[in-house]
Amino acid sequence: MTTQPSSVATSSNIVKTMAVGSKDLSYAWSERSTPIKFPDIRLIAGEHLFLRGASGSGKSTLLSLLAGLAVPRHGELRIMEHVLSAMSAGQRDRFRAEYLGVIFQQFNLVPYLSAIGNVLLPCRLSATRRQHTSPTPAGEAETLLSALDVPPELWNQKVTAMSVGQQQRVAAARALIGSPALILADEPTSALDADNRDRFIDLLLGQARARNTSVVFVSHDQALARHFEHHLTLEPLS
Amino acid sequence: MKFRLALSLALASLWHRRGVLGLVTLTLTLSITLLLGVQYLRTEVRQSFSNTISGTDLIVGARSGQLNLLLYTVFHLGDATNNIRWSTYQSLREDDRIDWLVPISLGDSLKGYRVVGTDDGFLRHFRYGDERPLELKGGKWFEDVFDVVLGAEVARVLKHQTGDDIVLSHGTGSVSFMNHKDTPFEVTGILEPTGTPVDRAVYVSLEGLEAIHIGWESGVALPGRTVTPEQARNRDLTPGNITAALVGIERKVLTFQIQRQINENQAEPLSAILPGVALSELWRVLGQFEKALLGITGFVVITSLIGLTAVLLTLQAQRRQEIAILRATGASPGLIASLYLLECVLLAIVACVIAIGLGAVAIALLGPWLLEQQGIQIGLRGLNSSEWTILGFVPVAGLLVALIPAWRAWRGSHHQGLSGTP
Repeated sequence: MTTQPSSVATSSNIVKTMAVGSKDLSYAWSERSTPIKFPDIRLIAGEHLFLRGASGSGKSTLLSLLAGLAVPRHGELRIMEHVLSAMSAGQRDRFRAEYLGVIFQQFNLVPYLSAIGNVLLPCRLSATRRQHTSPTPAGEAETLLSALDVPPELWNQKVTAMSVGQQQRVAAARALIGSPALILADEPTSALDADNRDRFIDLLLGQARARNTSVVFVSHDQALARHFEHHLTLEPLS
Repeated sequence: MKFRLALSLALASLWHRRGVLGLVTLTLTLSITLLLGVQYLRTEVRQSFSNTISGTDLIVGARSGQLNLLLYTVFHLGDATNNIRWSTYQSLREDDRIDWLVPISLGDSLKGYRVVGTDDGFLRHFRYGDERPLELKGGKWFEDVFDVVLGAEVARVLKHQTGDDIVLSHGTGSVSFMNHKDTPFEVTGILEPTGTPVDRAVYVSLEGLEAIHIGWESGVALPGRTVTPEQARNRDLTPGNITAALVGIERKVLTFQIQRQINENQAEPLSAILPGVALSELWRVLGQFEKALLGITGFVVITSLIGLTAVLLTLQAQRRQEIAILRATGASPGLIASLYLLECVLLAIVACVIAIGLGAVAIALLGPWLLEQQGIQIGLRGLNSSEWTILGFVPVAGLLVALIPAWRAWRGSHHQGLSGTP
C-alpha cells in the first residue's frame, strides 16, 4: 500500500524534497513477537497525509517510528532525506527537535508552562527551530496563537485553565513554530465537537501550507479525509 | 542552554507541585534544622564547655587525677579526696613566679547548690568564655564574714534578692537536715548569668566558712560549742586548709615548670593540672555521646530524603504524559532524568536555606531565655566549616537518592513511544 502520488518528481520535472519515504518498514515489540509490516510511504514536502485504521492496526506505532521514538525491525525510513532508521538514539532526539512537530490526542501541554511557554518549547530544544522563527520565537509564537484563535488573555495563563479546543490549538502552535518539515498529529480532534474539529483542521492545515510543512494526520473519523490530498489506511493486524 | 532549560523546567515543575512537595520539603527542612541544630549546639556547647574557665593557668588540689580535680573545682561535681594545708597555700603565695592565687574551699551547700569559700580574688581573676570577667547583676561582692554572693541560677531558682538572709547546709546533698541555722548569711550580691557552673554556686568568704563550722568539728553541731555571728567575728577565722587553688602565671613559659614542681612537692602530695588539657580530656569522654546524637539525626535526614524519593516515584506515574510531550518535542532521556535530579537537589537546597533561617530565628529567640533560665550560653554566629559540610551533604545526598527516579525516567524514556506508552 502506498500513498498517492508515489512519484517525487512533478510533471514539470522539478524534483521536490521527500518529506517521508519508507520502504519495507516493519516493527516488532520484542524478538519473539510477530513484526507489524507497514505499507511504503512517499510523501512530498508540503503535502498532507490522512492516516486511518482500526484500533490496534499500528497507527500509533507507525507515528512512533516516524517520530524516531521507536526503531524499525526492518526496512528504511527517511524523513527529509535523512535516514532516520540509521540514526543513533541521540541523533534521533536532535532530529525530532529540529524537523518534527507533534500533536497528541489530548493532554497535549506541559501543565506547568503557560500557553506561550508551551509554544516556545521546541525553540528552546532546537537552535534550528529557533533560527527559523520570524521575527523572533516570541513574536512567531504570538502570531501563531493569534492565527489559531487563542485569545491573548490566555497566552500567559496556566494551560490547565483552558478548554480542550484551546489546548489543542496551543499544541498546534507548538507543532508549527519554527516551521518544522513534518507534523505528526495523533487523533488531535477526537475530543472536539464537529464545529471545533473542522475549525481546528482548517487552522492547522492552513498554517502548515503557509510554512510548506507536511502533515501526517491520524484519525478514525473518515469525514476528515476530504481535507487531505493523500490517504492511507492501515489494515487490522491478523 | 540545555541546563538552563532543565533548570527552568524543574523550577516550574516544583512550583506546579508545590502542595505535595511543600509538605515533603517541610519534613526535610525540619530534619535538616534538627541536624544543623545538633551540630550547632554541639559546637556551642563544646565552646562553652571549653570556656568554662579561662585565664587560669593551673588548678592545684590534693593529689588526685586531673579529671577529678577539674570536676570538683570547676564543675562542682563530686568531692575532693583530700584538702590542701593552708600553710602550703601560703607558701605558694610567696612564689614570685605566681602572679595570683585564688583559694577554693568546698563542702557545704544551699538547697543542693554548692557553697564555694573563696576571697575577692575570685571576682578579680576568674575568667570564663573569651576571657570574660564576672560581673555583678546587683549588689556587691562579699566583705563581711557573713556576706554571701549568689550565682545567677541560684538567685533565680531560689528567688533570692540582695538583703535576704539565707542559711547554709552542712554537706553537699540536695536535701540536708544539718543546717548552720545559728549563723545565717545575708545576700549582698547576685552575679550576672555566665552559662557556666558559676551560675549554680554560692560564694562566701573563707572566714565565713570557718565561722559556721565552729562547733562542727565532729561533723555535726555539738550543743554548746556553736557560736553566734558576733562571737564568731571575735575568733581567729584563718582556715586550716582549703580544697584547691586557682593559679595565674604572668610568664606562661613557666607554667610547666611550676606545674612539675607542685606535682613533685615533698611537703604535701599535690596535683597541679592545666585546665584546658583537662577540659579537652573530659570532652573526649563526653564527645562520644554527642557524636552518636549527630549520627542519629543524620539518619533522620536520610529518612526524609528517602521519603522525598518515594514521593517523586509516586509522581512519576502522573508525569507520563508530560514526559511524552517533552520527548516528542526532542528532549533527550538525559534531559528528562536531569529534571528529577535537579528537582530533588533544588528541594534539598530550599530545605537547607529554610533550615538556616529557622535555626537562626530559633537561636535569636531562645538564646537569651536559655541563658537566663537554663544557664546555657548559645549565641547567634556564622556557620563554621563543619556545619557547612553537613549542609553541603544534604543536596549531595538528595542527588544520590534522586538517582533512583532519574534512572527509572531515563530508562523509561528510551522505551517510551509517542503516546507515552512503551
